[in-house]
Amino acid sequence: MTVTTTGDLPDEVYDVAIVGAGVVGTAIARELARYRLRIALVEASDDVGNGTSKANTAILHTGFDATPGTLESRLVREGYQLLTAYAAETGIPLEPLGALLVAWDAEQLAALPALAEKAARNGYDRTSILDADAVRAREPHLGPGVLGALDVPGESIICPWTTTLAYATQAVRAGVALHLNCPAGAITTDAHHHQIATPRGLLRTRHLVNAAGLYSDEINRRLGHREFTVTPRRGQLIVFDKFARGLVDHILLPVPTALGKGVLVAPTVYGNVMLGPTAEDLDDKTATGSSADGLASLREKGARIMPRLLEEEVTAVYAGLRAATEHGDYQIHADPDRRYVAVGGIRSTGLTASMAIAAHVAGLLADCGLDLGPEREIEPVRMPTIGEAFPRPYQRADLIAADPAYGTVVCHCERVTRGEIRDALTATVPPASLDGLRRRTRALGGRCQGFFCGAAVRAQFEEATTAEDRTEARR
Amino acid sequence: MTPTDRIHRTVDVLVIGAGPAGLAVAARLAAAGVERVEVLDREQRAGGIPRHCHHTGFGLRDLRRMMTGPDYARHHIAAAVRAGAVLRTGVTATGWAAPRTVDLTGPAGLERITATAVVLATGARERPRSARLVPGTRPAGVLTTGQLQQAVHLHGQDVGRRAVIVGAEPVSYSAVATLRQAGAEVVAMVTDQPRHQTHPARHLGTRLRHGFPLVTDATVTELTGSGRLESLRLRHRDGRTAAVGCDTVVFTGDWIPDHELARSAGIALDPGTRGPAADAEFRTGQPGVFAVGNLLHPVETADIAALDGRCAAGPVLRHLAGRPWAPGPLPVRVEAPLLWVWPNRVAPHGPPPPRGRLILRTAGFLTRPVLTVSQDGRTLHRGRLPRTVAPNRPCHLSADWIDRADAHGGPVRITAG
Ligand SMILES: Cc1cc2nc3c(=O)[nH]c(=O)nc-3n(C[C@H](O)[C@H](O)[C@H](O)COP(=O)(O)OP(=O)(O)OC[C@H]3O[C@@H](n4cnc5c(N)ncnc54)[C@H](O)[C@@H]3O)c2cc1C
Ligand SMILES: Cc1cc2nc3c(=O)[nH]c(=O)nc-3n(C[C@H](O)[C@H](O)[C@H](O)COP(=O)(O)OP(=O)(O)OC[C@H]3O[C@@H](n4cnc5c(N)ncnc54)[C@H](O)[C@@H]3O)c2cc1C
Repeated sequence: MTVTTTGDLPDEVYDVAIVGAGVVGTAIARELARYRLRIALVEASDDVGNGTSKANTAILHTGFDATPGTLESRLVREGYQLLTAYAAETGIPLEPLGALLVAWDAEQLAALPALAEKAARNGYDRTSILDADAVRAREPHLGPGVLGALDVPGESIICPWTTTLAYATQAVRAGVALHLNCPAGAITTDAHHHQIATPRGLLRTRHLVNAAGLYSDEINRRLGHREFTVTPRRGQLIVFDKFARGLVDHILLPVPTALGKGVLVAPTVYGNVMLGPTAEDLDDKTATGSSADGLASLREKGARIMPRLLEEEVTAVYAGLRAATEHGDYQIHADPDRRYVAVGGIRSTGLTASMAIAAHVAGLLADCGLDLGPEREIEPVRMPTIGEAFPRPYQRADLIAADPAYGTVVCHCERVTRGEIRDALTATVPPASLDGLRRRTRALGGRCQGFFCGAAVRAQFEEATTAEDRTEARR
Repeated sequence: MTPTDRIHRTVDVLVIGAGPAGLAVAARLAAAGVERVEVLDREQRAGGIPRHCHHTGFGLRDLRRMMTGPDYARHHIAAAVRAGAVLRTGVTATGWAAPRTVDLTGPAGLERITATAVVLATGARERPRSARLVPGTRPAGVLTTGQLQQAVHLHGQDVGRRAVIVGAEPVSYSAVATLRQAGAEVVAMVTDQPRHQTHPARHLGTRLRHGFPLVTDATVTELTGSGRLESLRLRHRDGRTAAVGCDTVVFTGDWIPDHELARSAGIALDPGTRGPAADAEFRTGQPGVFAVGNLLHPVETADIAALDGRCAAGPVLRHLAGRPWAPGPLPVRVEAPLLWVWPNRVAPHGPPPPRGRLILRTAGFLTRPVLTVSQDGRTLHRGRLPRTVAPNRPCHLSADWIDRADAHGGPVRITAG
């Protein structure tokens, strides 16, 4: 198992190097790990899933509203099936709540039949149209003025953090070398190899996959391609307290408009309720901050959808950047001459489509001359339970009896135990920061945001990481 | 054993939260001869918030002396244990199996305790940056006073070099002391009020010693910085904006009771305090469930919380003796600029609240306001307060009008003019 965070890169020639360890890059690494290949996954930041993949609306889409016939529509549909099965196998929190596309005016109501038809063209035929009373019976806290809704029973909520982490963990355990803190710079390509400059030395590989998310266009240009340009489209979100969870039981989607999917209200698998996202085209790929205007507009929209939601406390505010391009579809292109595959423009559905994108990319690599060889079974992974739909460690007498650390609650709001934090700190892909620890355990992610547990969680984190530094130094 | 096996026990009184309020009620009850009084706390150490308030100023009203927070906590722990209460730490109350049956998690396993009386003493906390909807990036270095104090006093952690304090109420000045002790410079204190809201002597003393600017009538509109906080942006009431460089910001005050257990029991909250609605005898709407301390009035000083605990012992004893559960029938409501009042239910001819008065908070400074108490259009009391009333500080209203209220009438309203 190889995860490196510092020092020179190993002197090795990889069969495939994947640039970018978001949900897409890690899914590709996991897919390729099923073959006997030497694979490197290189990531600029200090953790996997640290880009767009950590800040989205966490919905596993059926793909009912995709544009029929696009690559995206196919990969979302396939990805939905693949990830649903994978979540069950690995313990990724997933709840099939179903979505309601709520119509608030006559025009929106009139649009529902066409949406149902479009869903059918996308191979999804489980939709139905509900009248106002039926909608209200299901979601009694919706604001006044609901006229009807399209019911999409398959839409689900999922944990994006565990998903990325499960892919990365399984890939690393199956032999993929994960190099963190390793931004890919200049790339030189000859008849046999790519040489990628990084601050940690040259990375040599025969095949190259570009899964660099917001920066995929820049990498693409380094290989001489200009099929697309990424424009970051910011989405800001407000996460409400767990006490809001009782107010809403479905994913409440607006009827889509030209600007995108619009603002939704949806439960999270951690038991909160989320309101968002905004859609703002920016020119700064690092602008993941929230803005006063963005939050005000969300609150205004939220007050219409569900007035009572706005009375609850806010637990968190965050923003993510979608990798939008000038095209209406994913930008996945293979260049067999250069043994290169670009995976760009994975805009607002990449979490859902991740496994299907990975399978598609494996096929494209084979077209580029990569000899995959025979498939092999890789060791299944089981991820820690951080969703609310299954018993968490603090609720399990059997676990606590075996190890009292699972009975010692450290983060009180999220009920995260000392044992879970310890496990995360010693996992295959350990966190590099408190933020990374939060995504693995939920510690520090609750309503008090560290008032009670901040110092204690930090102490446990620092104790573990400095102990590790000491062993590193001894080696 | 199945994953959900729980050890089931019963006690007379289960007190949840071993802060000053919980410890004080437990000590009184055990001293009064109640046999099985159990106090539990989810922290590894009992004592509540004073554990990490490493400065003096505790105990004046309940113990008639001045102590540091940790000494004060130790005093209350010892008193409760000496009186015969069972004190357990590292045990979290996670929910309810029945109205007076609480589920617990601790290193020894899962438990379920049924009590004749449950006393909620779970305290209050400061709203974090996110709950205050302060926009910007999400850098490290953003704290509340509670986190700051624990980091510095309990764990000896580093907290940055240049700090801004948001808020100018008593707890904000505690944050100054902690930052200075950790070797950080306070760059500024910022309040959206026209003046600070602590004792003038305390403000002056702090200013003389540390000399940082107090920026009034200003709000924090944005935090910037990628890994670590780099600066924050302020907007003054007149529209001027300014950037302040800093690597740490402490959001102080702006309290919210830790009402999770109360709410998950279905206990009605008071819309002002956001704690359980409770009468002068600390009774919530749920039979057998009492509430004391900062959970009821966020936030009062620790000695007031402890006095709550002392006063609550009487009503708890009466409940144990079989008195029917009849909380004060009249809700008490405030109107703007008042924010909240406690007790927020009253019973005419019942025992008066602790120290014979109600506690109030306002949203802004009021110069010698006239407080009017009325019910169904009838004035029960009208009186001018002798002093200016400041936000984030208690002001008091004598409870002697309560007997004039009609137990069968509508809600009681308090206005300030
Ligand atoms: C607000 C919002 C809501 C969304 N909602 C949903 C949803 O509900 N459902 C859904 O399925 N999808 C959703 N998405 C989309 C989904 O989050 C993305 O499609 C997905 O995360 C993209 O993953 P990625 O791996 O391509 O990108 P990223 O997660 O951004 O990963 C790219 C990685 O590449 C690294 N990188 C960049 N340049 C270099 C370099 N030169 N060298 C090394 N590493 C580099 C980055 O550090 C980053 O970690 C949403 C997105 C947003 C913003
Ligand atoms: C940062 C800060 C600084 C302060 N500084 C001062 C000061 O200088 N001087 C002063 O007089 N007052 C000060 N106060 C106020 C004073 O600390 C409080 O008034 C007092 O501690 C309140 O007592 P309490 O018992 O109501 O609550 P707390 O002291 O908050 O105790 C509540 C206890 O309940 C426990 N608990 C909560 N939920 C559960 C659960 N589910 N299961 C088990 N246990 C639970 C908590 O762990 C905690 O120990 C300060 C408060 C804060 C927050």
